[in-house]
Amino acid sequence: MKDGKINVHYLTRVEGHGNIVVDLKDGAIKELRWEIPEAPRFFEAMVRGQSYADAPHITSRICGICSIGHTVASLQGIEAAIGVQPSEQTVLLRKLILHAETVQSHTLHVFYLAVPDFLGVNSVIPLAETHKEALLRAIRLHRLANEWSDLIGGRTTHPINMVVNGFTRLPTSDELRELRKRITDAIPDLKAWVEIFKTLEIPDFERETEYLALQRDDEYAFYNGVIASTDGGTTPVLQYREKIKEFVVPHSTAKHARAARESFMVGALARFNNNYDKLSPLARWAAEEMGLKPVCYNPFMNNVAQLVEVAHCLEDGVRIINELLAMGLREEDRSVEIEAGRTGVGATEVPRGLLIHEYTVDDGGTITGANFVIPTNMNHNNIERDLKALVPKIVDKSKEEITLTLEMLVRAYDPCISCSTHLLNVEFV
Amino acid sequence: MTKPRIAIFDFGCCEGCQLQIVNLEEELLDLVGLVDVVSWREAMTGHSDQYDIAFVEGTITREAEVERLKGIRQHAKILVALGACAHIGGINCLKNHFEMGEVLKYVYGDDAKYFDTIPARPLSAVVPVDYAVPGCPIDRKEFLEVVKALLVGKKPPIPNYAVCVECKMKGNVCVFDKGMTCLGPVTRAGCGAICPTYGNKCEGCRGLVDDPNLDSHKEVLQKHGLTVEQILNSFRMFGGCMEVAK
Repeated sequence: MKDGKINVHYLTRVEGHGNIVVDLKDGAIKELRWEIPEAPRFFEAMVRGQSYADAPHITSRICGICSIGHTVASLQGIEAAIGVQPSEQTVLLRKLILHAETVQSHTLHVFYLAVPDFLGVNSVIPLAETHKEALLRAIRLHRLANEWSDLIGGRTTHPINMVVNGFTRLPTSDELRELRKRITDAIPDLKAWVEIFKTLEIPDFERETEYLALQRDDEYAFYNGVIASTDGGTTPVLQYREKIKEFVVPHSTAKHARAARESFMVGALARFNNNYDKLSPLARWAAEEMGLKPVCYNPFMNNVAQLVEVAHCLEDGVRIINELLAMGLREEDRSVEIEAGRTGVGATEVPRGLLIHEYTVDDGGTITGANFVIPTNMNHNNIERDLKALVPKIVDKSKEEITLTLEMLVRAYDPCISCSTHLLNVEFV
Repeated sequence: MTKPRIAIFDFGCCEGCQLQIVNLEEELLDLVGLVDVVSWREAMTGHSDQYDIAFVEGTITREAEVERLKGIRQHAKILVALGACAHIGGINCLKNHFEMGEVLKYVYGDDAKYFDTIPARPLSAVVPVDYAVPGCPIDRKEFLEVVKALLVGKKPPIPNYAVCVECKMKGNVCVFDKGMTCLGPVTRAGCGAICPTYGNKCEGCRGLVDDPNLDSHKEVLQKHGLTVEQILNSFRMFGGCMEVAK
């Protein structure tokens, strides 16, 4: 299709609302926009006047899929603002439940939302007829992740147990041992999907860009770390504004962002590209089997990177459980004394990438200001540039094929648009 | 018998309630055998305006959404509010305690002119709503019970007693006795008192029972040391729009 318009209004099988608008003339792009018409909800404004203790439960409602990640980032931001250091046990339990959410979110995206494109169907539902065994394996993994979250957080969406300086309910040793067994039993399901992925045709497309992710010396960073870039260098999270520049574009209610170059990507592929050497053995095996190597510049491979991370989270989840069992879980004093009110920043890797929660809390514990930097927002700019680079390569195909390929590209980013619209304090550049 | 046609829509929200439908796992596969899902943007490609039951998630926060919701109401024989945002306004109504222009400016600065927002409101402030599945998020099992009831033409079984009833049946130590405060005495049950069971307070996400004894509850909260401002604030977390919910 050399001439004509493509208008995907409300792209399906993503979280939230986005439109792809393309206008072609003589095979060249006259116009191309990745539009975000999602209704902004203004969480940064809403939390003002609320107690520091309620912030994690309010902000978990930013996103239904990564509510645990928002809770963790919020807890870290609040704890930094009021001067609380959570215990080793609390940090380990938070890492454990973050893994559960990563498995839940990645399996939801890869199996239920992305795979239908590769198998030529409009949703996961027809796969019950055509790919029953594979679908049942996907469901088992997804359910395991949810029940894993239920155990540690009380509930998989909008966790109950996770509060400032601890957990209101601790899992028992027996429950942890049972969870460990279930995770171990799920590994064959993951391996079977790695085999299936080897047979799928991933579109061959590359565009060099920058990848940002948290990094740690001692582990594949999810819970915290410094901000690392594939273009080199690291930035402490407190200085995130120096690294990440946000700006507003009129066709989007979500903010766009840039760092070292005109755009960058966060998420599974960004973590993989920055932190490959910290992956668990099973995850490295999965990457090798599916042909994923760092630095990979193909955004469609984000689906593959997500499956690699599922392998990592399963294996590393077992490691964390072993550590908790060796320590022995015990009830801890969760009371806090608020140090003089100040600003705190929490940064966590959630399924879709780097998430930052910043709070200012006054001496009485009331929130007076907030800023949230959301992963999908950081990706919008990169998505639009990928679309612009991809269209000329596929312009000889039919309108239907071009449309599907563009939809698949956006879907590969696993955009979570409903939470991507709540940003604050733009750096005008 | 033709299968009832179902559509699922969302407005301003986290889409966590739709996720609970996905989280039904194998039971969802059984369910979609009994109905014809004709529109569900988050999970499938394709759309039809021909549907019998519309499940609608989210809060109305922009003028354009008012019209979109009215359109959905016209097509649907039965409209069900899915979750706290759609049912009682939910967390999004925290915004309403500020002036809209100030909220826009705080988040978008000088670019506020590109955006529009109106005070958040539940579906019932815009169109008649037939039933609600309460909660933030909804309870998967309760959603299934509601769907089952609708499929056989019955009124969905949503409890009209307080969370305290379920909490007592669980044998939990009363949240007030632990030195905390709780909205359980006036909040609609059906969640299995999940928050008190896991060591937290009830935050009132399922809305009030039909005839809550609010005065008495406020007295209790005051007796436990909450100021009037704190009492109002605790009701606001999910129930800030109660005055406009019908």
